[in-house]
Amino acid sequence: MTAAIESTDARRIRSAPVSSVSLRGRERRRTVVLGIVAWVVGLIFFGPIVWMLLTSLHSESNAATNPPSLFAPLTLSSYANFFGASSGASPWPPLINSAMMSIGSTLLVLVLSIPAAYALAIRPVKKWSDVLFFFLTTKMLPMVAGLLPLYLIAKTLGLLDTVGLMVILYTAMNLPIAVWMMRSFFAEVPLEVIEAAQVDGAGLLLTFRRIIIPLASPGIIATALICFIFSWNELLFASVLTSTTSYTAPVFLTSFVTSEGLFLSKVCAASIAISLPVLVAGFAAQDKLVQGLSLGAIK
Amino acid sequence: MSTAVTESAAQQTLSRASAWARRAPLLPALIFMIIITQLPFVATLVISFIHWNALYPNDIGFDWFSNYAAVFTDSSMLKSVLTTVFLTVGVVLISLVIGLLVAVLLDRRFWGRGFVRTIMIAPFLIVPVAAALVWKHAIFNPSYGLLNGTLTWIWGLFGKADSAPQPDWVSAHPLGAVDAALIWQWTPFMMLILLAGLQSRPLDVIEAARIDGATEWQVFRHMTLPHLRQYLELAALLGCIYIVQNFDAVFTITSGGLGTANLPYTIYQTFFEAHDYGQASAAGVVVVIGSMILATFVLRTVSSLLREESR
Repeated sequence: MTAAIESTDARRIRSAPVSSVSLRGRERRRTVVLGIVAWVVGLIFFGPIVWMLLTSLHSESNAATNPPSLFAPLTLSSYANFFGASSGASPWPPLINSAMMSIGSTLLVLVLSIPAAYALAIRPVKKWSDVLFFFLTTKMLPMVAGLLPLYLIAKTLGLLDTVGLMVILYTAMNLPIAVWMMRSFFAEVPLEVIEAAQVDGAGLLLTFRRIIIPLASPGIIATALICFIFSWNELLFASVLTSTTSYTAPVFLTSFVTSEGLFLSKVCAASIAISLPVLVAGFAAQDKLVQGLSLGAIK
Repeated sequence: MSTAVTESAAQQTLSRASAWARRAPLLPALIFMIIITQLPFVATLVISFIHWNALYPNDIGFDWFSNYAAVFTDSSMLKSVLTTVFLTVGVVLISLVIGLLVAVLLDRRFWGRGFVRTIMIAPFLIVPVAAALVWKHAIFNPSYGLLNGTLTWIWGLFGKADSAPQPDWVSAHPLGAVDAALIWQWTPFMMLILLAGLQSRPLDVIEAARIDGATEWQVFRHMTLPHLRQYLELAALLGCIYIVQNFDAVFTITSGGLGTANLPYTIYQTFFEAHDYGQASAAGVVVVIGSMILATFVLRTVSSLLREESR
């Protein structure tokens, strides 16, 4: 009832040129208010990250006060501490391990998924959607269920605690997502362009290198970045299948909490340092992030 | 006659060869996936029927369904099934609702919209273990965490800093603590998918409805929500798939204690601490079956979106 009255009101206002100014004013006020609400919600969600950054830049004793000393002097000592200025294990071996696994598996994913996506999108094989859904199903199965056999196989083959094993497993973890994403990016390449190139006498490889790859390159880069993020973040497999030589940055992070002494600032500094590659990759892929996370179902 | 036969045979081999040429680029990825993901599941299925504890290597044998019986009668296993359901449903529903509100806010034009969108995504881009560690130690810690620090500060404004309540958040609400950290990380994910849904609305139809005098709420209720339905479904189902498998937050914040052990954590524990390979595998198979039920819904939603795209 009130809605009906309001709407006839609105119609009358809109038809009268004088009072349309007041309507626009009300609309503008509403935009401002909702804009402020959006800012507040955004800042609430960003709050823990600001707090993390602030804590990492305080000395341990200033980080552990109650109420918090927000305006304590800033220092980089926790970062210096994390990167091995004083006691404690160096973060470089796990960081390098993580980088090798993430970059290695991402490259392998690209090598496997680009031809597969070509066969699914540009010259589709018969029953291509069945193949596509097979890839998706493998992603739906929880990794933890395959953990024990993989552990036993890796142990038998002497692959436990090696970078190569993790590269293979992270490739398997990301390949379904990559095939789905890549297919949806390749499907956007107009078929006429490809046909025109072939009419002009370009062979398969030339068409691929000169036409398809350049046109789909933003998508390929986004796919690579998302695969990198997922490999970098992984904890369960790394904590079971690696130990002293090829342990990863997330595993290193869990070993950081001690029962004695203050460690808050150091944990925050380590968390930020280890999250930095993911933040950079994520913001670089921001435009294609949704398409990737929804497995290409959303453009 | 005979030439025709050989011709058609030649054609057949030719078409078969071209079919294989089409399939060839697909094969490496397909074979890789089958070897790395399907074979271990078969092995898990086999081990789940075997009585096998690594601590007793001489006592291994086929054991029908006793591991499954153990999974479904072991009270801690049963509890972890329930915990997994509560954790997943709670996190998905709450982050979906908050994500929808934020998406609606970000769909409007306002000053600094791009910036707010960017900082909203940031929680999703913190390494999950790091996020869990920071929530546990820098936010929930009873003596110097952000929450209790803020309480002391507020009470301090009234000169009663000493009498400020200082709850031990993780001990008092273990599941709530895990929930909060996960909701913080997953709301951006929901928001991104729903925002994409909002922005794909047919604006001309909505404009027409507005001109006909429909209120904002009517437009939202009768036009936006129906359009968002499949995006809501997709976000919820993908969220379920990822959060059912969550290990990092439970492992870090409570170490599976205080009734927060979900199935992935319990499997990890059965495998790593109890060394009961048979029972861990049976629990793994249970998780797979649960995920497969979920997955059929995901596949249906995804394929309906895919069909719409090709139309």
